[in-house]
Amino acid sequence: MASGKQQRQKLLILYLNTSALDSDVKGWTMYDGTGCEHHTTGDSDQRPYATGVDALLDGWRVIQFPQLIPPYPGMEYTTSFKKNEYIFEKLETIDS
Amino acid sequence: MSDKQHLLDSRQVAEFVARGFLRFDGIVPDEINRAVMDAFEAGGISSYPAGTPFAECYPEPSPIGAMLRLPQVSGILDSLVGPDPLFDHHAIHKRLPNEGKAQGMHGDSIIDTRLHFDVQLMYFPHDVPLDMGGTLLLPGSHFRRINEMEVARYQNFLGQIPMVCEAGSILVLHHGIWHCGRQNQTDRMRYMYKIRLNPTVRQLRLWNTDDLDDETGAHQPIFAGEKRDDVQAILAKMEPWYEAGDGRLEIVNRTLLWRFLTGDENFDVHYWLTRLENMPENRLSA
Repeated sequence: MASGKQQRQKLLILYLNTSALDSDVKGWTMYDGTGCEHHTTGDSDQRPYATGVDALLDGWRVIQFPQLIPPYPGMEYTTSFKKNEYIFEKLETIDS
Repeated sequence: MSDKQHLLDSRQVAEFVARGFLRFDGIVPDEINRAVMDAFEAGGISSYPAGTPFAECYPEPSPIGAMLRLPQVSGILDSLVGPDPLFDHHAIHKRLPNEGKAQGMHGDSIIDTRLHFDVQLMYFPHDVPLDMGGTLLLPGSHFRRINEMEVARYQNFLGQIPMVCEAGSILVLHHGIWHCGRQNQTDRMRYMYKIRLNPTVRQLRLWNTDDLDDETGAHQPIFAGEKRDDVQAILAKMEPWYEAGDGRLEIVNRTLLWRFLTGDENFDVHYWLTRLENMPENRLSA
């Protein structure tokens, strides 16, 4: 890499309708390690992609799949955190 | 207890059970809104020890007391927590002008597994345009068992509601609902008053139940595509952010709370619980 250039990570977290990566996006979070974008809670009502696969098509790389974990006995009808959470990254080069 | 005309009806309570909140826009008169703003800007209002009878709080003259004693506001509170609730706490929430970020998504207090519920009333004494933020709330999140800021990584969901409203608007929330203070991008301070109340009576048919009848709980065709607007339809409506699987479990959660509030242990929505409760033990004779 040329002197003065550094790689930075951008993260995209998508909450999908099912465990299938091509299912609909229901929620989203973004963190930008380049410092160019500043995302925060409630800053958008437009989802960045319609499905998880659409994020792949735009160059995002999946770095974490949600595990499929059976409900703990007695908790079968309890709801809690969002289950279908996919984490993506992009690496971008910036001038340091 | 409030006059029946000021109590909620069953559809409104079903909406509260399903979505975890009710919204009342512009119901507080401007004279009270202005008096409250004057009190806030003069340094705030006195609080009370947790557990104080609500009836002993905010004696006259008090602009907050005047707001809370409006017949419509009293009727809403009586319908959900009943007579003689306890003061838990209050807060005057401020979002600073031109602040850098929003508050993280959270549920108030700590994880709470009761069917009994506390009510939090949020009062917006001045106009709140979108660039001022408004409290963000996530409809239908109140049954999700999480502990305070554990959900702060969640930034946006389909169907989230930024409380953009005119002065004198009120939100009444189930204690479990996820919410946060959105970023205030104006050069003005944003204020919101919140009070939490604890019930002292069993929350059973506290609202105006004149519209409840045998039809309310009668089994209906499933997936028939009928456009209904009755209690079962309200309790069956999915929020846009729900996942396919857990969204169905939320209907079960709503059904259990509706049973608790009405005392009707056979009530169901779309047969979700009835089929699980069907465990016949009678044996065919040889």
